[in-house]
Amino acid sequence: MWGRFVTRRLIQLIPVLLGVSFIVFFTMHLTPGDPIEHMLGQAGHVTQEQIEELRGHYGLDRPLVVQYGLFVGNAARGDFGLSYSHHGRAVASVVRERLPATLELTLFAFVMALVFAIPAGVIASLRPQGVFDRGATIGALLGISMPGFWLGIVLMIVFGLQRNWLPISGRIDLAVVPPARTGLYTLDALLSGNGAAFWSALKHMVLPGLAMAAPMAAMVMRMVRSSMIGVLAQDYVQFARAKGLPERTVVGKHALRNALIPTVNIVALQTGLLLSGNMIIETVFQYPGLGKLAVDAIGAADYPLVQAVVLIYAVSYVLLNVGADALHAVLDPRVRVA
Amino acid sequence: MSQAASEEEALESVAATTPGMVRLLLGNRVAVVAGVVVLAFLAMGLLAPALAPYEPSEQHAEAIRVAPFWQAGGGTRFLLGTDGLGRDLLSRIMYGARVSILLGVVVVLLTLVVGAGLGMVAGYFGGWFDAVMSRVVDTLLAFPFLIFALAIMAATGPNLVALVLALAFKGWVDFYRVARGDVLAAREADYVTAARGLGASTPHILMSEILPNILPPLIVLATLRMATIIIAEASLSFLGIGVPPRIPAWGTMVADGRADVASAWWIATLPGIAILLLVLAVNLFGEGLRDALDPRMRK
Repeated sequence: MWGRFVTRRLIQLIPVLLGVSFIVFFTMHLTPGDPIEHMLGQAGHVTQEQIEELRGHYGLDRPLVVQYGLFVGNAARGDFGLSYSHHGRAVASVVRERLPATLELTLFAFVMALVFAIPAGVIASLRPQGVFDRGATIGALLGISMPGFWLGIVLMIVFGLQRNWLPISGRIDLAVVPPARTGLYTLDALLSGNGAAFWSALKHMVLPGLAMAAPMAAMVMRMVRSSMIGVLAQDYVQFARAKGLPERTVVGKHALRNALIPTVNIVALQTGLLLSGNMIIETVFQYPGLGKLAVDAIGAADYPLVQAVVLIYAVSYVLLNVGADALHAVLDPRVRVA
Repeated sequence: MSQAASEEEALESVAATTPGMVRLLLGNRVAVVAGVVVLAFLAMGLLAPALAPYEPSEQHAEAIRVAPFWQAGGGTRFLLGTDGLGRDLLSRIMYGARVSILLGVVVVLLTLVVGAGLGMVAGYFGGWFDAVMSRVVDTLLAFPFLIFALAIMAATGPNLVALVLALAFKGWVDFYRVARGDVLAAREADYVTAARGLGASTPHILMSEILPNILPPLIVLATLRMATIIIAEASLSFLGIGVPPRIPAWGTMVADGRADVASAWWIATLPGIAILLLVLAVNLFGEGLRDALDPRMRK
């Protein structure tokens, strides 16, 4: 039953993805500025012939519509063309190299956000307007009102520079890089039994992870809180209490499970926004992932690379939302009918 | 339970009149303070040429990275210190309010007018227009907002017109959805049927009958969007692809201070506090406005 629901949602994705690729491609190509000239900017004297040759090499001599068609066709097969910077390497291989770093950091931030947000939301909901609730509400408000790049810098100053507790740049201490298997340093370190590498990788993620997680934690906390307050007032919760079940069971089992259903959507949405924050935070902390790659590529006018990374972020964002819908359908049968 | 319901009804009937809304808003102390803070920022930006002790781009070669007054080495000449080029931070923060608020207001107004306009047309007439629009909206919704703005700015480079368009490109979608949904409901309402029966023209019905009724949630949304836009603009400026570098902007100032975080923490930190305060105030005011305009949305 919900298999069909997911299939339908995936089919609905196709026009959305085409639209996304269309927007990405044409914003990059309809703007003034010739990438070839940019590329040759520092190269000194070049002949018109060499320019034309490069243009042919990168496929820039064909009509725009043809270029778009090729772009979509190739992208679907995972081929994003050649990077203008990175010594003309294939975009896909540059991206593959950086993807694990971003994946690891994003997962870390995701877990961190939920680890803070869910308990805080539950505790706040138990005594609305209580001391904890007020504190958490103010904290959440600060979390959504703070620019992520600024929070990153403040964390860096306080915990990295004034007290030398945590590293403020990079992914890992280069002396302890574990042998590559998955590309996720923490996992690779565990697989090779290298404790020092594990701690180093983990410590490098704490500050950027916190800065990335803050707005998501704030939004999820608010959602869990209000959802819990609603659920706790329901008859079946009152009934569970009246039956004499311990409060822990009532809150943890009867109430929380139901309260989390509406939270799934906001978690997915916020995870998508986590990806946007990722670009900025990686830049702040010089974290060698996709986000920093994209920002550097913008500086170098490396459009194929920018296109690829933006498309990857957009596709992940879309898939996250479909995933959330599917999960929502599993958790709440009423959704499937719609 | 019934007491709560009647209390809610009472609130709704109070909020149904404009003086009632104002009274509810003024009774909310947090919202009032937040509103005053927003006004203070606005005044600071408008009066920056008169208030600021220095020109924002004026460089004092003899006073580079001077600390703010409460720190050792700080003084009253540069209250909030200076940056790596010897520019007065207080003056730059005052001028920075201009571009943040101006862009926020322009983008929000643009998205409000475009989004609500299209949404009202789609909601009222339905048909092919509504069908096409809903596809467009689905596509845009799938796009993470900041990454989208980043892609546009990456292509154009820092410039104000592109920045407004980049920030507005997806922003109108939220207004569209709210307006469309509310018009869909209002279309069948008695007062619209009555107006139609009296021979009112469609533009008149849309603008004079329906619009005033669907405006409150749109205004609330506009206020809260303003907070998002200010942060997004600052983020893009921080990355060097937002406001052109010659215009003092808070995001750019934080980026300028990054190189000096170890020796002069205030350069990157203080402009960020200005962003935080303004955004916080806008958010709190928006929430207060929501409670006053639409008591049903009260938590």
